[in-house]
Amino acid sequence: MKRIYMDHSATTPVDPLVVDSMLPYFTEKFGNASSLHSFGQEASEALSTARQQLAESIGAKTDEIIFTSGGTESDNLAIRGVLEKKNSGKGKDQHIITSLIEHPAVLSTCSFLESIGYDVTYVPVDSEGILDMDEFENSIQDNTSIISIMHANNEIGTIQPIREISKIAKENDIYLHTDAVQTFGKIPVNVDDLGVDMLAISSHKIHGPKGAGALYVREGTDLEPFIFGGGHEQGLRPGTENIPGIVGLGKAASLAKERLGNDPEHMLKLRDSLISKIFDSIEDVQLNGHSEKRLPNNVNLSFKYAEGESLQMLLDVKGIAVSTASACSSKSKKESHVLTSIGVDTDYIHGTIRISLGKDNTMEEIDYVAQSLKESVDKLREMSAISKC
Amino acid sequence: MYSRKVIEEFTNPKNVGVIEDADGVGETGSTVDGDIITIYIKVNDDVLEDVKFKTFGCVVAISTSTMVTQLAKGKTIDEALKLTNKDVIDALGGLPEDKTRCSGFALVALHKAIEDYRGKTAD
Repeated sequence: MKRIYMDHSATTPVDPLVVDSMLPYFTEKFGNASSLHSFGQEASEALSTARQQLAESIGAKTDEIIFTSGGTESDNLAIRGVLEKKNSGKGKDQHIITSLIEHPAVLSTCSFLESIGYDVTYVPVDSEGILDMDEFENSIQDNTSIISIMHANNEIGTIQPIREISKIAKENDIYLHTDAVQTFGKIPVNVDDLGVDMLAISSHKIHGPKGAGALYVREGTDLEPFIFGGGHEQGLRPGTENIPGIVGLGKAASLAKERLGNDPEHMLKLRDSLISKIFDSIEDVQLNGHSEKRLPNNVNLSFKYAEGESLQMLLDVKGIAVSTASACSSKSKKESHVLTSIGVDTDYIHGTIRISLGKDNTMEEIDYVAQSLKESVDKLREMSAISKC
Repeated sequence: MYSRKVIEEFTNPKNVGVIEDADGVGETGSTVDGDIITIYIKVNDDVLEDVKFKTFGCVVAISTSTMVTQLAKGKTIDEALKLTNKDVIDALGGLPEDKTRCSGFALVALHKAIEDYRGKTAD
């Protein structure tokens, strides 16, 4: 059975060109970039090249790139780094602004910071997932140190007005961090156009290896590390550099930039075709997220009378990989905080799946997925205790 | 991960449907929880002659529903009442530990259906 992968927001296959670029750094060029000998030099040069590739891909300077282990660490470093730095003068009387629909990498960090005495405002979003700008502006306080608003949401794909947010942040002299893990490689990401001070990137979302990422830190932004050790990465992220991973990230970033004109356009066509086919053939379905300000590869759907996990498994049996928004656990059926924040109706919320497309998906696959989805939804509705059948 | 048997029962469930002239009906769960199971029974001479289900829920909710109907069908009411959650889980070849929440729902619905039948025939 042919397997069709449509869960690219979770992770992506590593591009063969990326693998090729990494391979020598496992065996032949395995040096520690901090070593002075030739083995170390090779690693150090690779690090510089990757830094250059990543900087170019987002319009940054090379010394504004801090390599990390991935998006989660980058988010942590941005938020905690700013607070730790300011903490030295102001104590914990500092305020953070974020949104209700951030990734757990930001929400859990904020929750932890709240638990140790910081003040956090979680700004709501509208029914399409766009930040409530009035609430956002009203939430700014004299002691607000950092604003962290994601560039696009990982579940529903809604793209936030970061440029508008950055203007307000600048007017109030507050640092702005954005989690661009889902947008980088899908839509243009330029740090000056966006006007952000910090921006998080993850390698494995752009056909790079897992375990590598970066934080863009605008020149002049004051941060403290939250991991301590040697002086790597300008002292902000100590630890021997993951050279193969970083080389892969650099190559993946470079390829993503090259392909930015073609791949997103291809995914957009597939996305709109899939949405159209589903709405033509299935009743009682809704598309979650913004209709236009949306990632080109994201389709988030809620079906009435069909449960998400069951739908995911029926599709899996047909060889199709998608993800669910809610996780059923031993204690409770945990609803997605994103779906509850945008007010998805109870009748629909448990029947949600996310289909996230990739550059290698085809229109033929879209046809098969649309047909399989209809068959699966019909099957679940036939046996559903709450359906109208 | 789900066992092969769970996936088999989930993808090819038996006894799906409604018994229009059911002798007892039992329902458990709610849309808030996200799982709703309804079990229908037809009783003949104290034996569960037919057992059917309708379920809205996850893989475990559906696979336990179909397994409960298969285990209960043909049994006397007393035998059916002795069925345990372990019997259902064992028949399914096990369930992931973090999925035990929904595993007992189908049995609860069966017991409610029997209770409903007994209530109707008490006189």
